Amino acid sequence: MKLISYLSLFLIPIVIFYIIVYALFQKKPVFELFLDGAKQGLTTVIEIAPSIIGLLVAVGIFRTSGALDLLCNSLAVLKDIIPVPIEVIPLAILKMFSSSGANALLFDIFKTYGTDSYIGFTASILLCCTETLFYTISIYFMSVQIKKTRWVLSESSSPLSL
Amino acid sequence: MMKEYSFMLNYVWSFLILTGIIIASVTGNIENMSQGIISSTNDAVDLLILMAGVVSMWSGFLKIAEESGLTSYLSEKMKPFLHYLFPNIPRNHIANDYICASFIANILGLGWACTPTGLRAMKALKQLECERAKDYRNKSISTNYNSNHPTPRAKPDTASDEMCTFLILNISSLQLIPMNMIAYRSQYGSPSPMAVIAPGLITTALTTLIAILICRILCHHTQ
Repeated sequence: MKLISYLSLFLIPIVIFYIIVYALFQKKPVFELFLDGAKQGLTTVIEIAPSIIGLLVAVGIFRTSGALDLLCNSLAVLKDIIPVPIEVIPLAILKMFSSSGANALLFDIFKTYGTDSYIGFTASILLCCTETLFYTISIYFMSVQIKKTRWVLSESSSPLSL
Repeated sequence: MMKEYSFMLNYVWSFLILTGIIIASVTGNIENMSQGIISSTNDAVDLLILMAGVVSMWSGFLKIAEESGLTSYLSEKMKPFLHYLFPNIPRNHIANDYICASFIANILGLGWACTPTGLRAMKALKQLECERAKDYRNKSISTNYNSNHPTPRAKPDTASDEMCTFLILNISSLQLIPMNMIAYRSQYGSPSPMAVIAPGLITTALTTLIAILICRILCHHTQ
């Protein structure tokens, strides 16, 4: 277990090290290439900026208006049907829209119930296997000007189905 | 044929805003929400500034890896796997390299590196779709077009099968070791922060499997 945490600490440096050594062996102008790529990266960020702003505003409205709480509370009726602690259901919903919001809620759960209680542990695993759905979909599709997402948006409710 | 228009981003986006405003006015939460609107634009810009640095850095390193042949070397190794998931991408197309780089970034949990690699992969897939459309047009004029490739989508703004598959796999989360979660757990005093690794791996494998299945089924059904 110590080894894993040690390894993951070194993961990013190792990847960068490997990329540069590999390129140097091929006698490539690494710094010029880096500058070229970084410039493309910056353009990418500017390209997706409008979708991020639009998305965060919509999520912000939905959250601060109390609509999200209402939605989560109304799901409490599912308590008897879904065999998971009711406290983690808001987490599953929130995680689809906003990563930071889900983290804040997770810390709340950790503080109230402890990290290794049944609820705390379920919450931990839930966040391990989910992604911020709307962020990913809108950023990826916006970057290539796709408007018809076909079945991606309607079918990908994996965090809730588990 | 599934209805393609019913759940578009446009509707989800409008739904979030409109229900938010309606509920805020009913519950008298307007003041709170008005502040929330402004502060969320603030959050967006903060996020973008953070992204600008990290995404540029990873794009730079990605470019080095790409030009030195590292990404095509790795995608060569992953070819059977990639070919199974994306049977209609030509074997030597650049999209293979980007998809491979994106999967590696996801599996290693490189966090911010996933965004630039993923976006590059999407662009390559878009390019592939344009090539296909052009190919199709040329060939259908000259001879009877008969190929294994699926018919290209009529409009360039519709997602291709590969784009959908790629995105679904990305959403299903491919990360092997959930580093963030381990950090959070130890931060909140967990006696065994690493305990999530094994169950996390199982659930990740499950969601990824379900994702692959859904892709397979829906790609056939919505042709």
